[in-house]
Amino acid sequence: MLNRPPAAKESAGPQFEPRIVAFFCNWCTYLAADLAGTSRMKYAPNVRVVRLMCSGRVDPQFVLDAFAHGADGVFIGGCHPGDCHYQEGNYKTLKRYALLKRLLKDMGIEEERFRLEWISAAEADRVRATINDMVEKVRALGPLALDAQAAEQPSVAQEVMA
Amino acid sequence: MPEDIGFSGQETPRVGVYICHCGTNIAAVIDVKALADYAGQLPGVVVSREYKYMCSDPGQALIETDIDDHELNRIVVASCSPLLHEPTFRRSLNRAGLNPFLLQMVNIREHVSWVHLDKRAATEKAQDLVRAAVRRVFLHKPLEKRRVSINPNVLVVGGGIAGIHAALTLADAGKQVYLVEREPTIGGHMAQFDKTFPTLDCAACILTPKMTTVGSHPNIRLWSYSEVTKVEGYVGNYKVQVKRKPRYINEDLCIGCQECITACVYKEGKTPDEFNVGLSKRKPVYLPFPQAVPQKVVIDRDTCIEFKSGKCKKTCIEACGDRLAIDFTQKDIFEEIEIGTIIVATGFQTFAPERNPFYGYKRYPNVYTSLEVERLVNASGPTAGEIVLRDGSKPGSVGIIHCVGSRDINTNRWCSKVCCMYSLKLAHLIKERTGAEVFNFYIDMRTPGKGYEEFYDRLLDEGVHFVRGRVAEVSDWTAHPSEQGKLVIRAEDTLAGFVRRIPVDMVVLAVGLEPQKDAQQVRRLFNMSCSSEGWFLERHPKLAPVSTFTEGVFIAGACQGPKDIPDSVAQAGAAAAEALALIDSKTVELEPYTASVIEDECSGCKSCIPVCPYQAVTFLEHEKKAHINEVLCKGCGTCVASCPSGSIRQNFFEDQEIFEEIEGVLAHA
Amino acid sequence: MPEKPKVAFYWCASCGGCEEAVVDLGDAILDVVAAVDIVFWPVALDFKRKDVEALPDASIAISFVNGAVRTSEQLEMSHLLRRKSQLLVALGSCSHLGGVPGLANLFGRDSILEEVYSLSPATINPEHRMPAARYGDNGNTVELPELHQSVHSLNQVVDVDYYIPGCPPTPKMFQAALQTLMSGQLPPRGTVLAPDHALCDECPRKDSKPQDLTIAEFKRPQQLLIDEQKCLLAQGLLCMGPATRAGCEALCIHGNMPCTGCHGPTSRVKDQGAKILSSLAILVEAREEPEIIKMQASIPDPVGTFYRYSLPASLLRKRRFAEAPPAR
Repeated sequence: MLNRPPAAKESAGPQFEPRIVAFFCNWCTYLAADLAGTSRMKYAPNVRVVRLMCSGRVDPQFVLDAFAHGADGVFIGGCHPGDCHYQEGNYKTLKRYALLKRLLKDMGIEEERFRLEWISAAEADRVRATINDMVEKVRALGPLALDAQAAEQPSVAQEVMA
Repeated sequence: MPEDIGFSGQETPRVGVYICHCGTNIAAVIDVKALADYAGQLPGVVVSREYKYMCSDPGQALIETDIDDHELNRIVVASCSPLLHEPTFRRSLNRAGLNPFLLQMVNIREHVSWVHLDKRAATEKAQDLVRAAVRRVFLHKPLEKRRVSINPNVLVVGGGIAGIHAALTLADAGKQVYLVEREPTIGGHMAQFDKTFPTLDCAACILTPKMTTVGSHPNIRLWSYSEVTKVEGYVGNYKVQVKRKPRYINEDLCIGCQECITACVYKEGKTPDEFNVGLSKRKPVYLPFPQAVPQKVVIDRDTCIEFKSGKCKKTCIEACGDRLAIDFTQKDIFEEIEIGTIIVATGFQTFAPERNPFYGYKRYPNVYTSLEVERLVNASGPTAGEIVLRDGSKPGSVGIIHCVGSRDINTNRWCSKVCCMYSLKLAHLIKERTGAEVFNFYIDMRTPGKGYEEFYDRLLDEGVHFVRGRVAEVSDWTAHPSEQGKLVIRAEDTLAGFVRRIPVDMVVLAVGLEPQKDAQQVRRLFNMSCSSEGWFLERHPKLAPVSTFTEGVFIAGACQGPKDIPDSVAQAGAAAAEALALIDSKTVELEPYTASVIEDECSGCKSCIPVCPYQAVTFLEHEKKAHINEVLCKGCGTCVASCPSGSIRQNFFEDQEIFEEIEGVLAHA
Repeated sequence: MPEKPKVAFYWCASCGGCEEAVVDLGDAILDVVAAVDIVFWPVALDFKRKDVEALPDASIAISFVNGAVRTSEQLEMSHLLRRKSQLLVALGSCSHLGGVPGLANLFGRDSILEEVYSLSPATINPEHRMPAARYGDNGNTVELPELHQSVHSLNQVVDVDYYIPGCPPTPKMFQAALQTLMSGQLPPRGTVLAPDHALCDECPRKDSKPQDLTIAEFKRPQQLLIDEQKCLLAQGLLCMGPATRAGCEALCIHGNMPCTGCHGPTSRVKDQGAKILSSLAILVEAREEPEIIKMQASIPDPVGTFYRYSLPASLLRKRRFAEAPPAR
């Protein structure tokens, strides 16, 4: 029997709440998220933000570590190309993102789970809209459940019938 | 366990966690008591409290007392955004004898309580974030801020009223100021106005003395007809390149006699005069306006025959005689200056009303913009102060349309703040000079400043007609013989409740204010952000309107947002004061978020060298290893992520600290 | 006469190259044999599993286990040797990081069996017989070790004391490691017995690597005449050197081939593939996403290239399937 992705998605109780780790750059996206707060915009509570000075600091290891430890999605927010507070950091992010996206696909992690958005300090509404959109897209994909996979330990002996 | 994750030094972590209610801002959504209880049972947490206002004196005292009483060595504060109060709580730690960087803040207000409705989910999110912060803060190391000296020289970019006032304030304080202005003269838009509201002071009368002082002030180096081309460095230590465009006039020799203009082979001007907004024509050699500072002519190479063909008679040189001030060989000069602070005061442009074709600008000759009318009204304008139609006759009726381009979802959303007042001013001046019937078409009358409402009252008494309604169109099709030859303004009179057709001889469009055309290039040059509308972004809309997110770079005047002259001057003074505060403190502290190469670990693979835009990472040929210049490093961390062997560390953003934060937010199954 | 320390060798899912590297010590192996008492070495000596089981716990000074863990037998033997040894050393890439066999984690177990026993071109298996752990016939039962769902590195199934990296470790490295382990001055538990900086440090072509490298197109070794003096990455080849521990004296580079990463990452890196990705991705000159993707397309197989030896030890460990593969 071949392994292939099943037709039906597993359901996880009442409603699956995706857990999304976000890396926001201090000068643009983090500020925009603050502005969304001061403007009292409302959005889904599924995202946990890790603050970095620049999206260029996002080491691909961070993205993989998040997935490996239970994140269903990862979102990187940085400044628009040309606007990086540190000139070029976001271009490096873009290049890493492109290759990492490809690697994740080859590892069976759907494209919608890893997202890069350029959000400037004034674009509070885009923070709201992107988070809501990503939460719904990841919800539709279901849990990534990588940590469950990793926890699988081979037992000392297993019996299998012919 | 803390030991497993490499808690630095021999200490065991003793963490104090502080949950702020922020009044009801946080407490109304997040169960702060439950959060404090949750934090209290996390490994390493010795004290966990919640309090109404952590940023207040008693709030901070709580932390400082606990540090003493409980020998705390790490602090977590869960409250508002760190961008607001991280410095506040770092100072608390400092006062209590703890290194300020042994603090981690958690944003549970802007990122949680203000943006989520579900209280249970919000509290759970806060728990995740606090847990992550506690795990991260174990790994924080004591850090020292770097101190750098400040160059006392200042660069002011833009010679309008804001730039002029900032430059004068700083120069009077004894600082050396470079004032760089793109046009051949300073003065900006204010120089084009005739009278200023509400006092009807003559703009030139109040402006030109300041301009003259700038031109002769020993502490101001005025570089007109110049632009900033490159900015490098950091607060207190900027290196700026300025391109000085060639006037083809030797500024030291020109005495402003203007005989070259009279003698020019062009008998009359053919080029639309920029200062008169195209209402008159100038020659290739010209003085922008009579009171220009510097009082020197300029030759426009795009229209001068000598540049086009090389075969001009050059009567200008003849007229200049033995003053020998004309020099066609001049080229761009690039000056390099070192300054410590920068004030950007590059002003605004007006809305181009062609974008609203229903107002007929450029289709009907007698539709003018407000700026054009300012020039008509002005005694040294194209019509010597006579308000006339294109055919030279006096208008019998004038319609002034407010909010052109502003408050409009199709063009600019914002209110341009000054148009109501200047429209009232123009109404007054037009009525006074021509006796015409004047109609102002407005949506709301915005007259909030000192003396502004009183000015409006005065206009009401002067017999100006006010129609409350947004003008739908200006056209020349007539419905009645009395409208023949006139422009008909159609607007709903909302107070009266019906649509009016008002025929007028002249239409004045109160065009709104917009960011300059090249605002994006300028702000990138100075590493500033823009708001979504394109105005330069201030650090905080209420509390820090003249500083930007780049330390040492300030903004003043209309480039930050539409405003009138008093506010521009006030901001210019404020920016000068803030620059002075920096300069007079002699040194400035920089955040210590720099990266450093661990020499023993570096393999010399050179992967990091090209990654740094500030050239802070260099390759040491002798040791064959990478090295980061701490002074040039701005702390973005891009090289840290690039290092394939993990041999670069970033202070406060080390790999392990971030892993702890990631794993901390996800730990709760 | 004091008893000689006992030493054992075992190989799990492996090619056998690590133990060949031991044999490659040449004459020096005689010194090794003289200094220790080898109590278990299936490829070379005739000791059986029950001989190991009979030894007291922790009586073997050092067990060198190479190969990844993929079957129930390998798991049992790893546990057995752990119990019987003072020091358990992971020898070679496969036990250190999962090794090349680790790439099997890109496929489900059942699809592997299907491929081998049914779909492969020269196989004729009309009854679709698949290997089973037990087979009964006329009251007799024979057993095979079970194939696990995924490949694991040694430290994912037992506690490992030290690692000797490499595919295979060079004889010099093995010798040096053995000396260290027998010296009585043991490094901290969990140490990888190789230098803790990247290969570029000992690469003979280091000086020819430019400081501002950019790449328009990555090349595969067969696509160009590889210059024997110049840095291989600078020639567009996918050299893992910057992300790989040194210690092998850059043997592959001396052979005019790029490093493939067999020593794994330095101790400061959690995921070798992610780190090399991070530094290679930014080498492409393009600035717009479509061009970036096009230039990066010249990397033919990111997972296979960046995780050739380290997939099971990486953060993601294995390819994810949308639902857990059905139990066999």
